[in-house]
Amino acid sequence: MSTLAVRKTRPAAGTTPGTAQGPPRRRRTALVPTLTLALGALYCLLPVVWVVVAATKSGSELFSTFTFLPGTGFTDNVGDLSAYRDGVYWRWMANSALYAGLGALLSTAVSAVSGYALATYRFRGREALFNVLLAGVLMPPVILAVPQYLLLAEAGMTDSYLSVLLPQVLSPYGVYLARIYAAAAVPADVVEAGRMDGAGEWRIFTRVALPMMVPGLVTVFLFQFVAVWNNFLLPYIMLSDDEKFPITLGLHTLLEQGANTPALYTLVITGAFLAVLPLVALFLVVQRFWSLDLLSGAVKS
Amino acid sequence: MPYTKRRRLVTSAVAVALGASTLAACGSSDDGGDARSGPVSLTYWTWTPGMDKVVDLWNKGPGKEQQITVTVKKQASGDTLVTKILTAHKAGQAPDLVQAEYQALPTLVSNDALADISGEVDDVKGKFADGVWQQTTLGTDAVYAVPQDIGPMMFYYREDLFEQYGLEVPATWEEFARTARELKKAAPDKDLTTFSANDSGLFAGLAQQAGARWWTTEGEKWKVGIDDEATRKVADFWGGLVEEGAIDNQPMYTPAWNKALNTGKQIAWVSAVWAPGTLTTAAPDTKGKWAMAPLPQWSGSENRTGSWGGSSTAVTTDSENREAAAKFAEWLNTDADALGALAKEGGIYPASTSAQLSGAFAEPPEFFANQPDFYTKAADIAKTTAPSAWGPNVNVAYTSFKDAFGAAAKNKSDFSAALGTMQKETVADLEKQGFEVAR
Repeated sequence: MSTLAVRKTRPAAGTTPGTAQGPPRRRRTALVPTLTLALGALYCLLPVVWVVVAATKSGSELFSTFTFLPGTGFTDNVGDLSAYRDGVYWRWMANSALYAGLGALLSTAVSAVSGYALATYRFRGREALFNVLLAGVLMPPVILAVPQYLLLAEAGMTDSYLSVLLPQVLSPYGVYLARIYAAAAVPADVVEAGRMDGAGEWRIFTRVALPMMVPGLVTVFLFQFVAVWNNFLLPYIMLSDDEKFPITLGLHTLLEQGANTPALYTLVITGAFLAVLPLVALFLVVQRFWSLDLLSGAVKS
Repeated sequence: MPYTKRRRLVTSAVAVALGASTLAACGSSDDGGDARSGPVSLTYWTWTPGMDKVVDLWNKGPGKEQQITVTVKKQASGDTLVTKILTAHKAGQAPDLVQAEYQALPTLVSNDALADISGEVDDVKGKFADGVWQQTTLGTDAVYAVPQDIGPMMFYYREDLFEQYGLEVPATWEEFARTARELKKAAPDKDLTTFSANDSGLFAGLAQQAGARWWTTEGEKWKVGIDDEATRKVADFWGGLVEEGAIDNQPMYTPAWNKALNTGKQIAWVSAVWAPGTLTTAAPDTKGKWAMAPLPQWSGSENRTGSWGGSSTAVTTDSENREAAAKFAEWLNTDADALGALAKEGGIYPASTSAQLSGAFAEPPEFFANQPDFYTKAADIAKTTAPSAWGPNVNVAYTSFKDAFGAAAKNKSDFSAALGTMQKETVADLEKQGFEVAR
């Protein structure tokens, strides 16, 4: 997101008159929009700051010291969390990485193939299919969790890694995005040219279309990764063995220990903080794929 | 709601069973594949911390002899677990054993999820207080669970601050109100306690102490008594205190509440036997400054308490080895070693009366080292627990409580109107589910 913003402002600064000599002077900042955005940022970031600060507090500091005063217990918290039931937390983390990583990868592959097909080929029922897909986009995945559970129970596949992976492989939103992107980024002329040169359809897709679709697919991957990483209800219903839990479920069990056992606040907060880090890292790493020139695949006429 | 249809099919059967106190119509007849041979393995959904270690004792001891192996699958507690059990049951894949809070039992039974294990566990009835056992039978001849832990309610107060302000420990609710006012006079910035509209369990326990019976059966119909005289008395009492500002109206279990306890802004807490654990994390600086006393009474001659929390071990109708599962449930909740381990690993307060005075409870909780007879006193209080009456939609009543009382507490408005809303919504939901409700 931020790269887009940066790219927009640059040419604007260049067009300002009077920048011929010396370094370009900055335009006067528009006060109201900036203030609104700053408020929005504060609103979004404050809870994050809270989590970061609270993760450093020991159990006795958590509710007694000033909210935004960093504590002294971060390493102890991480140690306690790692020691909790022989390090089951890291197992949850690994599970989440598996569900989100593999799930998003598979989902992106499916989206890429189907999106490309929907965008390039004309066949009977294409629009109908696409409309069904749109309906799927509008349908919150939450309401599908129980039917999916009952289906997988029929197949005897509940409480397995596959039971969480499979339902998330087909993402209507991912297919929709891939279709829109393929329609915009893969010109029909290029596909036609490939055919003229005698390339098979699969070859055209993998060698010609796929590279053009990369920025769009990165977006699909990220969306899906975040969606799976944060998904709660589907794994909640599917899994009963806590060795297979993703991080969301794991933290929930730490919080809901029954009335007679106090919730393990410090562990949950530290756990939540650590669980966000992979997402942040992922965004930082993958972001550069977005700045690929969107026009690199354009047809020269 | 995905269960509605199925529920309708079984509801009338259960209503009949509840009303007529007959064993017959309860759906869960004894056809559950008891003729087993060879080793059996059972799965058990529970949220109790350290349960895997307790179950290890079984797997290495009595379980090994009887070739019954139990596997623990740790779950998060709460209403969501009930939903999860029912969803699994719909697919015929519920685990053999589940942990269930007492108020969730009618919901599970009315969905035909729990097996009647009266044949297997009837002889352990005497190990539990009558009021506790009655919750697992739902007033019928059937037995749907074995009690595990209980939460008799008590009054906790800051001993040092009570002395400082010259307050006496209230024996009746009238004295409680007077104490709250005296404290306000002596120290206007402090509160005796708070009325939390977030904790339906607390209010249900207080009503139970006053003699309320929220769900009863009348013939083949359910009767909802939420807006009855006893509950109205409780609601008006707390509503009055909130309205006049004698106590706080903030919810419990928030960082602000923790802080209020930790700094001594709130100097008492109406809670249950598990409070020491909560106080340890909520108010770590006040260690050794608290004391526990029986809950204030509605009249000087009474001696009753309510319960807040507690759970049981139940066998599901999906289990193919009900007899074996019932054996384990019985061992877990009556065997001295098992209960000792449960107390040590899981921090539970056992329902079994003999275990309440066992070695594990000889010493007071660490946080209450200043009160050596903590658990002796607790066992005495536990005996006075009033009977409770749960129905098949406790979760709806609880949600309604949070909404209606939450608004009333915040606006310091009339609590009895909120009670009426709660009654109305609970009845409406029962009818929507296909139960017959007596007016």
